[in-house]
Amino acid sequence: MREILYREAIIEALDEEMARDGSVFLLGEDIAEFGGSYKTTVGLLEKYGAERVRNTPISEQGIIGTALGSALVGMRPVAELMYIDFSAVAMDQIVNQVAKVRYMFGGKANTSLVIRTQGGAGRSSAAQHAQSLEAWFVHVPGLKVVMPSSARDAKGLLKAAIRDDDPVFFIEHKLLYLERGAVPEEEEVIPIGVAEVKREGSDLTIVATSSMVGKSLAAAKELENEGVSCEVIDPRTLFPLDTETILASVRKTGRLLITHEAVQRCGWGAEIAAMAAKDAFDYLDAPIERVCAKETPVPFSPKLESYVIPDKDDVIAGVRGMLETV
Amino acid sequence: MIRLTKVKALWIYETMVRIRRFEERSIELFQAGELPGFLHAYIGEEAVAAGVCAHLTPKDQITSTHRGHGHMIAKGLQYEGMFAELYARATGYCKGKGGSMHIADQDLGALGANGIVGGGIPIAAGAALGLRFKGEKHVAVSFFGDGASNEGAFHEGINIAATWKLPAVFVCENNGFAESTPRATHQAVQDIADRAKAYGMPGIVVDGMDPQAVYEVAGEAIARARKGRGPTLIEAKTMRFLGHYVGDPGTAYGHDKEVGKWLKRDPIITFAEVLVKKKWLNKSNIDAIHANVNNEMEEAIEFARKSPEPELGDAMTDIYASV
Ligand SMILES: Cc1ncc(C[n+]2csc(CCOP(=O)(O)OP(=O)(O)O)c2C)c(N)n1
Repeated sequence: MREILYREAIIEALDEEMARDGSVFLLGEDIAEFGGSYKTTVGLLEKYGAERVRNTPISEQGIIGTALGSALVGMRPVAELMYIDFSAVAMDQIVNQVAKVRYMFGGKANTSLVIRTQGGAGRSSAAQHAQSLEAWFVHVPGLKVVMPSSARDAKGLLKAAIRDDDPVFFIEHKLLYLERGAVPEEEEVIPIGVAEVKREGSDLTIVATSSMVGKSLAAAKELENEGVSCEVIDPRTLFPLDTETILASVRKTGRLLITHEAVQRCGWGAEIAAMAAKDAFDYLDAPIERVCAKETPVPFSPKLESYVIPDKDDVIAGVRGMLETV
Repeated sequence: MIRLTKVKALWIYETMVRIRRFEERSIELFQAGELPGFLHAYIGEEAVAAGVCAHLTPKDQITSTHRGHGHMIAKGLQYEGMFAELYARATGYCKGKGGSMHIADQDLGALGANGIVGGGIPIAAGAALGLRFKGEKHVAVSFFGDGASNEGAFHEGINIAATWKLPAVFVCENNGFAESTPRATHQAVQDIADRAKAYGMPGIVVDGMDPQAVYEVAGEAIARARKGRGPTLIEAKTMRFLGHYVGDPGTAYGHDKEVGKWLKRDPIITFAEVLVKKKWLNKSNIDAIHANVNNEMEEAIEFARKSPEPELGDAMTDIYASV
């Protein structure tokens, strides 16, 4: 299979969906001539014109609100928030409007829109440009939350998100944009709500999101040399959640480690831990472990940043700790 | 009418040089791979920070932006702590935790560069409120860009300041671009200063390439604020000479074509000419100023390079005052 960059996979998904459906359009800051701060919309202005590839003022609340308004009357907007950190500026529209209107209006509201954004640390961008805020959005009924970890997932899931009739909060990772991965040439729509077992194993289940998937796979490879067999599951969508794939794995391995780049407390991992503690209680051979960022804003210093953000070695240490407790 | 004195004029000139040289060296160091993160250079806009801050004391407060080095230098922050911060060293103004976009020093009334566009505007209103509560005649000044004037934070912040007649001055540095977006495509008004009218405060356009004009207009606004007559919105028309961030050539969105005519109005060159004509400066003074600035800077860079990195444990401090 051909290999392309994660950011190119995003462009392809947008391109194909815009070609397929005239109601799909893009809006966001610096997405037109500039092709986006992370070059995820390059070439689309030239192809679809300024009406459908709309540069907006720096008005995040306005971006999400206009996306919603246009969806209500039948468009399928894909709004870009340059950094997930800036979602904080648009929170009313995301949480009180986008997520709520279908329900509040008794089901009679068209809210087919995608909010694309990117998060994560690793580039010394400091506390206001490196957060992992996915748990905020998973917490809000009415939003679907997608977090692809590979180019293939990014493309297939973005296509599904654009076709979805519900608002989808689509979180990319700034360090993954330049990672290359196999993506089929032919059309592939990856359904929302389906996890993927990225690696099979028998001793322990690692549930990882976004950038932690690659780090977990690398950890699993190293641990294999020590005779430890890890299964690595990427939920790909945080809500709706493919609980069965995760629970089946935990029932098989008896051990669960959850890892994400967001801080631990009230993180998405807590939800998975609670679910497994209830629904796989009889199968657990060790306390559930979480490997997450340290509970601090993201520091600028590269030394401190890499200390705070979990890496492959933290996953390995977490796994070893769990095996020792038996 | 506020008149520019020789002392202030020389201070403004030297401050502009300090900013320019800081930015030029930072870019070199960044391109040499010595500095992590990213940089937004203030080159071209020096007259605004210098002309405004010439009126401020350390008790006056400023808020700034992602393009904040110039404001910080004009507010009195020193090269050593600034370079150390860019180098992510423990001796930096923010102990290496903030970096280029978050340099701050409360002791000098610098309430921070800011990574969130528009974020500093209501904070300046609040600082002005706090200063008035304390019965002090100090003012708060907020610097921000044309792009920021489209954020809700701008409209909410200046409306509060006007309604409460706060001792604040809002300085919009209209450099014609918000990242890659030309100003005319992100707002329908010609002059951002017009927006002041909607909130019931004076709005004034000034040539941001002319330090004397900035000094005079800012002086009126700051005096007005100190007297308790409320805020002013100043729009300084200016231009960043470089791309949005270091590494952006500015070619994708027409900046490279626009910038040429502004380069001819480089405030450091034109203001030196003005001062030489007034006989307030001569060639050898100018050379001495540059030499002093350069010496001080190289020492500061050495200081930063030799400074220790933060300890790992420092990552977990300063999150709360106490827990
Ligand atoms: C809330 C928010 N939205 C978007 C950004 C990304 N961003 C950083 S600087 C910038 C352009 C700012 O333009 P302007 O306010 O005119 O200031 P300038 O860069 O021209 O000095 C943008 C869009 C941000 N940092 N914060």
